[in-house]
Amino acid sequence: MGTLVEIRNLSKTYERGKQKVEVLHHIDLDIEEGDFVALMGPSGSGKTTLLNLIGGLDSPTDGSIAVAGERIETLGEDALAKWRASNVGFVFQFYNLLPMLSARKNVELPLLLTKLSAAERRRKASVALELVGLSDRAAHKPSELSGGQQQRVAIARAIVSDPTLLVCDEPTGDLDRQSAVDVLTLMQGLNREYGKTLVMVTHDPKAAEYAHHTLHLDKGTLVTEPEPAPA
Amino acid sequence: MKYLHLIWAALMRRKARTLFTLFSVLAAFLLFGLLDSVRSAFNTASSNVAGVDRLISVSKVSFALSLPKSLYARIQAVPGVTQVSYANWFGGIYQDQRNFFPSEAVADNFLDLYPEWELPEAQRQAFRHTRTGAVVGQSLAERFGWKIGDKIPLQATIFPQKGGSNTWTFDLVGIFRAKNPEQRGNENIFFFNWDYFDEARQFGNGNIGWYAERIADRTQTDKVAQAIDALSTESDHETKTQTEQSFTAALVSQFADIGLIVGAIMAAVFFTLILLTGNTMAQAVRERIPELAVMKTLGFTSKSVLGLLLAESVVLLAIGAAVGLVLAGGTVIGVRAKLGAAIPLSPVGGAIWLRGLALAAVIGLIVGVLPAVRGMRLRIVDALSGR
Repeated sequence: MGTLVEIRNLSKTYERGKQKVEVLHHIDLDIEEGDFVALMGPSGSGKTTLLNLIGGLDSPTDGSIAVAGERIETLGEDALAKWRASNVGFVFQFYNLLPMLSARKNVELPLLLTKLSAAERRRKASVALELVGLSDRAAHKPSELSGGQQQRVAIARAIVSDPTLLVCDEPTGDLDRQSAVDVLTLMQGLNREYGKTLVMVTHDPKAAEYAHHTLHLDKGTLVTEPEPAPA
Repeated sequence: MKYLHLIWAALMRRKARTLFTLFSVLAAFLLFGLLDSVRSAFNTASSNVAGVDRLISVSKVSFALSLPKSLYARIQAVPGVTQVSYANWFGGIYQDQRNFFPSEAVADNFLDLYPEWELPEAQRQAFRHTRTGAVVGQSLAERFGWKIGDKIPLQATIFPQKGGSNTWTFDLVGIFRAKNPEQRGNENIFFFNWDYFDEARQFGNGNIGWYAERIADRTQTDKVAQAIDALSTESDHETKTQTEQSFTAALVSQFADIGLIVGAIMAAVFFTLILLTGNTMAQAVRERIPELAVMKTLGFTSKSVLGLLLAESVVLLAIGAAVGLVLAGGTVIGVRAKLGAAIPLSPVGGAIWLRGLALAAVIGLIVGVLPAVRGMRLRIVDALSGR
């Protein structure tokens, strides 16, 4: 398997009023296809910023990010949106499901951007919900689901368009221990059985144990060299 | 269409707020439907194509001033004039001040100039030969439940009888009907014999309110009108002759500029509606910023977010407008059934619907544009982190 994410000399600076805050300093990082990487570090270390940059939600101040060979920092806003739609799945700490839509409609959401028919969208959403073990909750609204179930719906939404890369920002941060184990097991399965590449930000060392290896960030710098990917 | 459920879900997010906003939109468009119906009715009255070959001659100084009857024969002799008749405003009241309707004393050939009104020949002859005879439009007859043979007393507001009585009693001998259903508004009128009126009235005998002329060639309107007016040039009863259409328009504008009044009321209503729905939309978008950020994260472009939010606002306005216009249509049917043509109302037809829905779309875009632009411009990372 080759390198999926190739980051070179990546820096990110935010302007807060007149003040400039450099969040990431000259990061170099490769993530192999099929890898499962945990990003850890104290608050304000730049984990989420790095994750957002890898997922194409933000643009770097300097440096380059190539995902599957595509230099995403060069893409315009619309092109980046289209790239995200077909290449990346997102999982957030607070699930971020649309409250008025059923679980199935939430999962179908990314497919609205494709040319699939309504029947095809529905079928794919059902398959994704089955994969996360929530077929029987398809018609339920988020408010009718537990936190763990909502996060599994969010994972179904993230994988429904079959992206190569999943970026997960503290996916277990709002869950009880058992739900967290369920979600992490599910994510591990997606990595092992379906070859998805996962990058996960977490504060929880137990969660990080599910990853192949862990990267530590501190004050915007990678403090641990990435371990070699398992053979 | 595949986004319709997203728009609907957004509208249903706060059901009570959406419902109250819908009520305001509905009320505004109910009012719009009714007022536009009134405006259309007045427009129809003043643009009645049936009258293009008729001229009306009135005093040049004021419609209220009379003209001498001696003009009758002279107008008849004007080349291009095929028929002449005359009439006088009476202004009677039936039973109660509120029961006002146009009432006119007319020459016995007056109805011959109006082929668009259907009056059976026997009733036409009865009108000619009954001194106290009167004919009324069907709508007016239905309004008061009159039937042929009834004696109808009218209270004079201008012309008392020679004996001092204000009560004029007429025998209803005919009921006419407008051939064109669109002109049923013109059936709200009461005609009676000019001879009876002229003989019995206390003053003004021998004078005419206005002359109506039919012309042979409608392309010669100006020429014939000038010839009629030339008959009384530099006299104390100079005339102003114009097409019936212009005359009616001028008469209506004497009451008020209906278009201006309707326009002013609607402008005030829609201005308030824009503020109200604009506030609702702004609030609705503000509280959905994280959700919009998620949609953008999933790959919705800024333009598609803009489109969805604008569509949301237009759909809200369109639903309210459609319900309001349906209610306006029902109200107009109800009022016309109950009061006939007492209140001039046109059916809420295609043109009013088209204007209403176009207005709803424009207002929808106006109230949606600012929140939609805000949604379009939001930065995903800021919105997701609550900044």
